[in-house]
Amino acid sequence: MTYWIASSPHNHAQSSTAALMRLVILATLPGIFAQWYFFGWGNIIHISIATITALVCEFFMLSLRKRKVKPELLDGSAILTAVLIGISLPAIAPWWVAVIGSAFAIIVVKQLYGGIGHNPFNPAMAAYVMLLVSFPLQMTSWQPPLELMQFSLGFFDTLTVILTGFTPDGFSVEQLRTHIDGYTMATPLDTVKTNLTLGMTVAESTTSPIFGEHFALGWEWINIGFLLGGIFLIYKKAIPWVTPLSFLASLFVCSFIAYAISPDSASSTMFHWLTGATMLGAFFILTDPVSSATSVKGRMVYAALAGFLVFIIREFGGYPDGVAFAVLLCNMAGPLIDQYTRPRTYGHQVEK
Amino acid sequence: MESIIERINNGKFWQFHGGVHPPEQKWLSNDKPIRPLELPELLVLPLQQHIGSAAKLSVDVGDYVLKGQPLTYSHMPMAVPVHAPTSGTIEKIERATIPHPSAMQEPCIYLKPDGKDKWVERAVCDDFYSLSRETIIEKIANAGISGMGGAGFPTHIKVNQKPVIDFLVINAAECEPYITSDDLLMREHSPSIIDGIKILDHLLLPGHILIGIEDNKPEAIRALQKATEGYDKVRVCVLPTKYPTGGEKQLIKALTGKEVPAGVIPGQMGIVMQNVATCYAIADAVINDTPLIKRVVTVTGQSLEKPQNVWALLGTPVEFLLSQCGYKEAENSMLVMGGPMMGFTLPSPKIPIIKTSNCVLAPSNKEIPTPSDEQECIRCGQCADVCPSHLLPQELQWSAKAKDYEQLKKLNLFDCIDCGACAFVCPSQIPLVQYYRVAKAEIRFQQVQEIKADKAKARFEARKARLEREKIAREEKHRKAAEARRAKMNANTQEASQAKSAVAAALARVKAKKGDDAQEQEQVDNTKTEQKLAVVAAVARAKAKKEAKAAQENTSSSASSPDKDRVAVARAKAKKLAKAQEADTTEVQAEDTTADNSSANDKKARVAAAVAKAKAKKKSAQSAVSSASDTTSEKAVAAKPKDANEKDDKKARIATTVAKAKAKKQSSTDIDNPAQEEITKEPVQAVSATDDKKARVAAAIAKAKAKKLAKATDVEPEVDVNESTPDNSVDDKKARIAAAIAKAKAKKQQAENK
Repeated sequence: MTYWIASSPHNHAQSSTAALMRLVILATLPGIFAQWYFFGWGNIIHISIATITALVCEFFMLSLRKRKVKPELLDGSAILTAVLIGISLPAIAPWWVAVIGSAFAIIVVKQLYGGIGHNPFNPAMAAYVMLLVSFPLQMTSWQPPLELMQFSLGFFDTLTVILTGFTPDGFSVEQLRTHIDGYTMATPLDTVKTNLTLGMTVAESTTSPIFGEHFALGWEWINIGFLLGGIFLIYKKAIPWVTPLSFLASLFVCSFIAYAISPDSASSTMFHWLTGATMLGAFFILTDPVSSATSVKGRMVYAALAGFLVFIIREFGGYPDGVAFAVLLCNMAGPLIDQYTRPRTYGHQVEK
Repeated sequence: MESIIERINNGKFWQFHGGVHPPEQKWLSNDKPIRPLELPELLVLPLQQHIGSAAKLSVDVGDYVLKGQPLTYSHMPMAVPVHAPTSGTIEKIERATIPHPSAMQEPCIYLKPDGKDKWVERAVCDDFYSLSRETIIEKIANAGISGMGGAGFPTHIKVNQKPVIDFLVINAAECEPYITSDDLLMREHSPSIIDGIKILDHLLLPGHILIGIEDNKPEAIRALQKATEGYDKVRVCVLPTKYPTGGEKQLIKALTGKEVPAGVIPGQMGIVMQNVATCYAIADAVINDTPLIKRVVTVTGQSLEKPQNVWALLGTPVEFLLSQCGYKEAENSMLVMGGPMMGFTLPSPKIPIIKTSNCVLAPSNKEIPTPSDEQECIRCGQCADVCPSHLLPQELQWSAKAKDYEQLKKLNLFDCIDCGACAFVCPSQIPLVQYYRVAKAEIRFQQVQEIKADKAKARFEARKARLEREKIAREEKHRKAAEARRAKMNANTQEASQAKSAVAAALARVKAKKGDDAQEQEQVDNTKTEQKLAVVAAVARAKAKKEAKAAQENTSSSASSPDKDRVAVARAKAKKLAKAQEADTTEVQAEDTTADNSSANDKKARVAAAVAKAKAKKKSAQSAVSSASDTTSEKAVAAKPKDANEKDDKKARIATTVAKAKAKKQSSTDIDNPAQEEITKEPVQAVSATDDKKARVAAAIAKAKAKKLAKATDVEPEVDVNESTPDNSVDDKKARIAAAIAKAKAKKQQAENK
């Protein structure tokens, strides 16, 4: 009779990386539902394409790297990356955008850096930035919310647009993006930015139908959906509360100051919170543990920096939204932040 | 300090960072009273059951011992004795596996109980307040009490604190899951525990006594509150359940808000902590004169039918406890001594219970599954959130994997208390604590090696310095001795001259001794050649003696001896020698005489023969000197006087013979050579500078060339008739001119030399 020899501790919380990833994927559902409701099937189709690509790439890379394929393939991290890419893409972007983005995220950003736990950048955001820089036309082909569209867009219409660029009825992407009144529509953030260059005030811009009754038609609900998912994750202790709080507070303070100084050229704080990828970034991107800072203090600094950068890019940068860029910049700063925010060890730097 | 007490009185405490809430599982064993067990068949008592060093054996194999009789005696402060848990016979004393994470073997006493359980004589003390402080501490030390919470630090040292103690903290937290031994002890024996606390109070005179207990033991809390009624100094502090509240540093932080600085022991801050089980043992030892021979052990886990707490005698094998509690064996079973968070697995159930064993855990496979494969760290930071030492476990892990020990030290690895909270929460199942243990052991090992290396270096340098000192002292001694001898010799007495050779020998010895190997080798070579010379000299002396004898024999009578032939040979040799000497002298004389007759025309020839002449002159001079001494010395040798210059004399003689032989050879070759018909040169002039020689040599070469050319011109017309004579004459002229220049040069050189 031999006895099992092991090192303490012998019991374990029975948490696992896979369970954590599953929980995060689950928490994206309210946001995805809102996207579906306002923008149709596009993102769900993209999520599916990206997921399949990600799993194939992950399998391929793990086999090449001679790793244990099963545990790492099924840990859910690749699926989560693919879901986040699918959420970020314009709903009627061509299919190959999702494929290239997903493959880039898994092969280059994740596996070439050493796989899970070793990637310095958030794979989804790195892929998004790569796509945005490489295919600006496809990556900005945002459609208006369904209720503002000239044509109805069902599941098969969306699928054929994504696969062929045309609906079964023969409408192109450009035609789909056209308003009933005959002009092409952009996202609320884009509209504000373009109009400011045309000399219009923010208040004048918001009269556009895409802003809806509140802040941004559709987008506000998508953000609220991700906010709910994020609160669920905090409740489940899957993500630290510090990061989103610090990010949102930072963005709030920055936009509040700007709005107070110049309400004509700056959007309101709530507009910043509820448009673009703010909530997705706050609860699902910045909280990615691998590429974020590790200590509580470090995360606070990290997220506050991200909030500030998002505001700067939105307000003064060349792109309408800045979450992806801000996240990548903060990823770079992460190790440095960690080094300067080490907690005080018990019994150190205390009076003797 | 008052604010601390106020806060405690208000039921408010501090928070230490981190901590986890593992499933408590205390319900398995906390509902049954502590069960006394019957005697096991054999008790195995390790000599060392605490931190420190083992005490010395005081019994032998075959001895009959009574219950409570000490088996070892303390010979130093950190040694704690072990007592016989029951009466019986010492069966054997040998090495056996002890309860230790490394499963190492240490000497153990095997005690065979006789079943009578007969006590040694005991003196019950009803009033410990009448005892002096020293007596109580001695009683505690003699009872073999060491900390029973886990570490096992000798109690008599901990209670012998000099500085003023503000807080005596009684650790009743029992934060590890499963373990209920302290809980049950408090429920059943709180008056004894309070007695122990009173003894500690008497010893340490603390300002306040705080009993720290987690809120998951309501019955024990009630029992303690009841027992401490009217004892104002004591406060039962009920803390929220959180692992590891029972850690010394964590409990101090939770109760007083103070942090124990790194590298400082709590005693220096005026805080002493004792475990409740230790308090019970102290009371038993001081009041009942009962040494530490048994303890409460929680035997628990879902592999047992009847998990419960038992009174186990020290030395009881774990398998006996398991069998008493209905153990069901299964594949891949695991036996843990201690709790699931910090306990260690046992390689065999034969391992005994010792003073620090508070729990034996026999979990089912479902309860504590075998660890799953380690995955990559995803930097989630949950470990850092739960670390009670506020470390960064994930960074420690990377550095530990990279074996970056400097970085580990910077990250305060040694503040890790091995509590296991980080590994408990890790979603990637990384055995973090194991990495830290390995790294700590490696760093400690390196430090030991460094200390060893430093010591060795210091030793080596001390030795080098000593050798240098000794060498200088020796040289000084020898120098003084040499000076004394020299002074003696300068006295110019008979004795002094006799001592001279001894001095020379001594100096040679000193020279041989000192210096490095190469010098020694050189010295050895020198002495060898000296010996050879001595041998040669001795042979020569013997020959000379023989010659002298032969000469005597020849002159006195034609004595017929068996040595006749030898004598004849010797004589011939002597004659030959004499002849050679004569030849040398005549040569010199001839040179001298002919030198007078030399003309200026002979200069060329003189130049050509310069080298040979110089050699011959030198040798003749030498032989002229030595031939004289030879004759005298030969006589002296024949007379065998104790000549002080014997050695030099011998050397001179040898040199003379060699030189003579060379001179002879030279002269004969000179005679054979028709080109050097004249050996005419002033001896003084012969001693010329090398420049002079070179010039002469050059002149000689030029002359030879000229001659050769002249010869060639003589021959050539006969061989080649067609050759025109003007050419020949031109050649001839050239040669002559060259010769003339050479001659002129030689002359000039000579003039300069003069």
